[in-house]
Amino acid sequence: MHELSIAYSLVEVAGQSAQEAGATKVLSVTLRLGALSGVVRGALEFGYEVATADTLLAGSTLMVKELPVRVYCVECAQVVELLSVQRFRCPVCDTPSGDIRQGRELELESIEIDIPDKSEAR
Amino acid sequence: MNTRVLEIRKGILNKNDEIARGLRGRLHQAGVLTLNLVSSPGAGKTAWLQLTLRTLRERGLRTAALVGDLATDNDANRLAESGVPVKQINTDGRCHLEAQMVSDHLADWDLGGLDYLFVENVGNLVCPSSYDLGEDVRVVLLSVTEGEDKPLKYPNIFNSADIAIITKMDIAEACEFDLETAIANIQAVRPGMQILTTSAKSGAGMNDWLSCLAHEKQARTLITAAREIQ
Repeated sequence: MHELSIAYSLVEVAGQSAQEAGATKVLSVTLRLGALSGVVRGALEFGYEVATADTLLAGSTLMVKELPVRVYCVECAQVVELLSVQRFRCPVCDTPSGDIRQGRELELESIEIDIPDKSEAR
Repeated sequence: MNTRVLEIRKGILNKNDEIARGLRGRLHQAGVLTLNLVSSPGAGKTAWLQLTLRTLRERGLRTAALVGDLATDNDANRLAESGVPVKQINTDGRCHLEAQMVSDHLADWDLGGLDYLFVENVGNLVCPSSYDLGEDVRVVLLSVTEGEDKPLKYPNIFNSADIAIITKMDIAEACEFDLETAIANIQAVRPGMQILTTSAKSGAGMNDWLSCLAHEKQARTLITAAREIQ
């Protein structure tokens, strides 16, 4: 269970970006999560609530985009999506491939923030 | 008040990755080959590493080890018997090592005096897979007592590793361990991975492992030299 430390890292990265943009509140956070990231979505969602408390991100929604594993198949000369992470073979021609093109992501894609108007700030 | 969406596109473990990159640079500059050893608890990492360290030392190579555990320094004491510098990293309950912990524990070591650095991660087949420790080679160990299907249950860690070592081969028969199936399962989640079999008790397979290690070291030295020329 390392999802809580992942959640704290997420809050740190998102909070810093929000602050730099002059945000007063973060409404939502969109995360790209690859099937090989080693992170369990449910555990992360649970950790998120704890980690966001008393930060700019408090009360924000965590949106997770789950990404399947995609590998490059030499035989088919194209990127193909694996049917299962237990089987690194092209679903079309059954050639083994470890040339991963997608699936390791643990990435903050975007944040939705509130920024005060310049007139309000004055 | 304006509401807007800000594109970030940043890795969550960016900070760890940056520290790991810096660490890798320092280790390369010092000419050290670094290995991150991952396995489940009880796979025999410590006994296997003990024998590896001892044999390398007998061959005149300079090694050191960092060993991560949630608590106690039992493993460090065991490894220190090999006569090489060893440091314990206590993670205080954390289930994995992070690059910063490795960096902190290397602070007072003379890296230039080392050929190999082994980092024994916390016994855990899930969390360590996400954290780059600045290693050159990630070695996953699987003992014959764990069953052949471990790679299918924990594809992430097997997929993130470079070399797989099957340990405790001396008791394979008693455990009715099916080596062929285990190899097929590792290949299913990490096609092309190099797989070696060893026994720390009998010493079987250790020569092959040490040749593999020497080969990795040579490859690393060539890459570093080529980069310097560029």
